[in-house]
Amino acid sequence: MNRPSTVRYQYPKALSEIPLPIAQAGVLIDINSGFRTSRPVFDHEKCVGCMSCYAVCPEGTIYRGESGLQVDYDFCKGCGICAKECRFKAISMVPEEGENE
Amino acid sequence: MSKKEFMSGDEAFAFGVKLAKPEVIAAYPITPQTIVVERLSDYVADGDLDSQYIHVESEHSAIMAALGSSAMGARTFTATSSQGLLYMAEGLPYVSGSRFPVVMMNANRATAVPWSIYNDHNDSMMFLNSGWIQVYVEDAQEALDMAIQAFRLAEDPRVMTPVMVNLDGFVLTHTYELVEIPDQELVDRFLPPYQTEHKMSLDAPKSVCIGVGPEYHMEFRYRQHHDFDHFPDVIREIDSEYREKFGRGYGVLSEQYRCEDAEAVLMTVGSITGSVREVVDDLRAEGIRVGVMKLRYLRPFPTEDILSLPESVKAIGVLDKNLSYGYEGTVYTNVNSALSRGNRRIPTKDYICGLGGRNISKENIRQIYLELLNPAAIQEGEKVSFVNLHLDQEVDKNG
Repeated sequence: MNRPSTVRYQYPKALSEIPLPIAQAGVLIDINSGFRTSRPVFDHEKCVGCMSCYAVCPEGTIYRGESGLQVDYDFCKGCGICAKECRFKAISMVPEEGENE
Repeated sequence: MSKKEFMSGDEAFAFGVKLAKPEVIAAYPITPQTIVVERLSDYVADGDLDSQYIHVESEHSAIMAALGSSAMGARTFTATSSQGLLYMAEGLPYVSGSRFPVVMMNANRATAVPWSIYNDHNDSMMFLNSGWIQVYVEDAQEALDMAIQAFRLAEDPRVMTPVMVNLDGFVLTHTYELVEIPDQELVDRFLPPYQTEHKMSLDAPKSVCIGVGPEYHMEFRYRQHHDFDHFPDVIREIDSEYREKFGRGYGVLSEQYRCEDAEAVLMTVGSITGSVREVVDDLRAEGIRVGVMKLRYLRPFPTEDILSLPESVKAIGVLDKNLSYGYEGTVYTNVNSALSRGNRRIPTKDYICGLGGRNISKENIRQIYLELLNPAAIQEGEKVSFVNLHLDQEVDKNG
């Protein structure tokens, strides 16, 4: 479950700095496409690590980290399927406040 | 040594594509483009052209296969017409936005309904906003030459934009003329194999067809827009090198014929230019000062060329083989915009003609010129008129 390493996109200041729309793999121009309104957050007390969320995530953003399951928020679009499908109610959707990070 | 052959517009274009050696051809046959893909598939099947010919099930698949192969860094060709071009609609900005140098031949044909296989420009005019370079050719020789030039232009690192080469359906695609065939060796030197870093590769993985949110989408469009600014210089450079190597050139974005000291100028697009030139010669022989301006490229648009028309020009007519229903012809809109940008006040009139293959006679063109020679009437009168309409327009107007 190695996550791909990503490079933050340096926003251009001049015309000459805008790339052709084909970029080095791993460059993120817009994190999570910029449209997530709420994010899934794990309750590790309740999570049994069954990986159902991993199986249903359309973006493949859930991975096993050092302290249990994690979400790659760079790619999570906030669809909420993981929270809906979790039989242990271990994932809750928390509204984003302001700019996404 | 170059040789001459008797060829139709389609055949000449197909031969030009063969000389350009595309590595991938993905196209679906449609009248009147069919001969182009027939010839190319023959060349590939006979081993005369080393190319991957992809049999696609539709035009949508053709343009998407072309997108994929160009993304792999392969020189790519596709061809279509009318309904086929409309079916490609989704793919067109995908290819241009991704800046993949696909070359397309489009046989200009009317769009349904009323359904028709005959010529007009309503198909390609719909895609002036698609981000593709658009060039319109006049005869089979220019078709062959532009097949070669189009790849060079599209693949230029300063351009990296797909090119649509337009041939008038039947009028040009199916009529025969003597065409000079350039030497393969010379073409190879003019158009070396396509090399690019702008492609998918296992060694240097890339993200293609990226998504960009509101935060930065506009900046990508801003760049795409401004890259067009220097396309005319590249086109000029390519055309003069072509003239040097092959002895034929076509000017740049447009070509003026006898416009010096002309009082009335008619703007043309495509094959009709030949007839208009003849009428110009006839009128000039009678001492009437008229000229014709052939608009070769519509994107980039020849704004500067239009503004360079001499002061003697008192009226401009536009032959529009297309119509934006309820308003006017699209070329007319663009010509007026060019004049307005340069603050030039010349009365203009739009002549909608040739829709669905309606004939445009030399007499029609002569009458247009005679009308244009009365600038005051052009200034005051109706701005959009229909040429050779089988209705009494006067009766119609008076109910």
